[in-house]
Amino acid sequence: MIPAPIVDLVSLSPVIVLSLFAMGVLILDLFIGKDKTVLVFLSLLGLFLAAVSSLAKGTGPIYSFSNSYVVDTFSIFLTFVFAISSALAIMLSVSYNKEQGIKIGEYYSIILFCTVGMIVLASSADLIMIFLGIEIVSISLYILAGIRRTEKRSNEAALKYFLLGAFASGFLLYGMALVYGATGTTHLKDIASVLASSEFKTSPILLMGVVLLVVGFGFKVASVPFHMWAPDVYQGSATPVTAFMSVGPKAAVFAAFFRIFVEGIPNISDYWDTILCIVAVITMFVGNLGAIIQDNMKRLLAYSSISHAGYILVALIAKNSLGMSSLLFYMLAYAFMSFGAFAIIIILDKQNGDNLEVKDYAGLGFKHPVIAVCMSIFLLSLGGLPPFAGFVGKFYIFSAAVKEGYITLVVLGVLNSAISFYYYLRVIVYMYMKEPEGDYQVQPSLAPFSLLVIGIAVFGTIELGIFPGPVISWTMN
Amino acid sequence: MELLIFYPIAALAVVLALFVVFNKSPIGSAVSLIGLMLCLAGVFIGLSAHFVAILQVIIYAGAIMVLFMFVIMLLNLKDDDNVIWKSREGNTLLTVLTGFLVLGILYKIISITLSADSSKPAKIMESFGTTAEVGKSLFTTYVLPFEVASILLLVAMVGALVLAKTKID
Repeated sequence: MIPAPIVDLVSLSPVIVLSLFAMGVLILDLFIGKDKTVLVFLSLLGLFLAAVSSLAKGTGPIYSFSNSYVVDTFSIFLTFVFAISSALAIMLSVSYNKEQGIKIGEYYSIILFCTVGMIVLASSADLIMIFLGIEIVSISLYILAGIRRTEKRSNEAALKYFLLGAFASGFLLYGMALVYGATGTTHLKDIASVLASSEFKTSPILLMGVVLLVVGFGFKVASVPFHMWAPDVYQGSATPVTAFMSVGPKAAVFAAFFRIFVEGIPNISDYWDTILCIVAVITMFVGNLGAIIQDNMKRLLAYSSISHAGYILVALIAKNSLGMSSLLFYMLAYAFMSFGAFAIIIILDKQNGDNLEVKDYAGLGFKHPVIAVCMSIFLLSLGGLPPFAGFVGKFYIFSAAVKEGYITLVVLGVLNSAISFYYYLRVIVYMYMKEPEGDYQVQPSLAPFSLLVIGIAVFGTIELGIFPGPVISWTMN
Repeated sequence: MELLIFYPIAALAVVLALFVVFNKSPIGSAVSLIGLMLCLAGVFIGLSAHFVAILQVIIYAGAIMVLFMFVIMLLNLKDDDNVIWKSREGNTLLTVLTGFLVLGILYKIISITLSADSSKPAKIMESFGTTAEVGKSLFTTYVLPFEVASILLLVAMVGALVLAKTKID
């Protein structure tokens, strides 16, 4: 007699709801005509319901499915971040897809499936589930990167991302297999308790597995030296996809990264600490120094996103509860400011992908002052200037690291924030202090959904910067 | 006794793997790959993982290799005699250095794996690896990964269609 599996559908409800909506979008797409607006609303409804249903279990850590799935504050908060970021990405896509001739309805469905993968990632407490989550997210992203099928750059981005990503997944899986081989279990809780007895700590196979995990995760979050794909893929993908990629999936992979390293193998942190410190520092430096020499806005934000991965790694290295809550806060803040900046790029973007250079922003401050002010808010927040969300986020991350005594790391981080202002301010200088070359031609396309995204992003960036209290107390829970 | 079976099969697998790489005709490579998959199935049987061995034969040697054959025939690949491989100029030094780096890493991996303590292998149950046992754990302990994997496959399928369909209205 085989025992019936213990199924906790309530814990799983966000995943189930969102999967059903994704399949619904897929099927409905067959019956509606060329106008895909219905799909947009259906997707937004699905994301909303998924976010709400994540609250069904309360906040206490509740393990289900033989300890491989967990609902806690960490996963609930991240489910909200994912729902918000996917909703913003979908709203940004509405007018962009019309202009760029992306007509397929599967686009929305794949974004929803990707969000399912992200929720799975954030809620997994088991290596197998984490790997499956990462693969759902990655495969959706390979498809989304190549969604502009007639565009050469988009094809290049998809192929490059796919080949390198598949290779990195191999590293990740090999690492997981070695960790499993050394500890005999895939559950993070059990791995932690096995490692608590000192016998296994220095097993070379375990350490090898950990190094391979760092390589795999390092690739997925685009940290240096595994970052080479990021600028090309970010530049080649459709801009809403780029915005989507730089926020939600990255947050999800960081969540799994955090869970494995801080909940699974904290007992051997003496060994992985140094590696991650080095990776964090060179990620910040390469990201920021690389951004300085970029002229294309999407590449500039790609390098900026690399450097932000470095800051978030600092939160991971701190591995205390403050580190966890600062990581969550930073993810939410980064979602708002990054989507805001990309939204501005999208409304200034033209059919043939012009107006993406920094010099195209010259004179924007006089012709379209509101847009320029919004862009300045997002860029200053990305740089970490008070009173915006980016400052509070960085402040919390660095204070978490100081609490654990990583003074040098924090000093280098703050130094990098200062460097980053150079290229953020450069865009602002172009907007307000340079004359455009020739006649001023940039005509923003003001679609209602894009404006809504900018509105939400401005509100989020300022609100989180001035009143961070409620959100922080939620993450501290 | 086990080693008597393992070594010939493993040696054959290595030889076939070399054939895959060095064979001139694509069909020859593909056929060697089928042989390699069968040898791996043999290794799995030696590890008393019967179910995995059968899957290896059905899925890899069967389904996936048939796909390979289809692609080779559809693309009408000829022998690669007339293809001239040229290394990009200026990259030779880098290539050699990278090669040595990879060799070093491989050496390190192998030496670590060999130095690992394998005197106390984990206990496995009597019925380990049988189809019944795999099915049981798939539908009880691992029911969630099993279901999530189906979403993964759905996404991959949709994606393949989206990217490869010739006409999208």
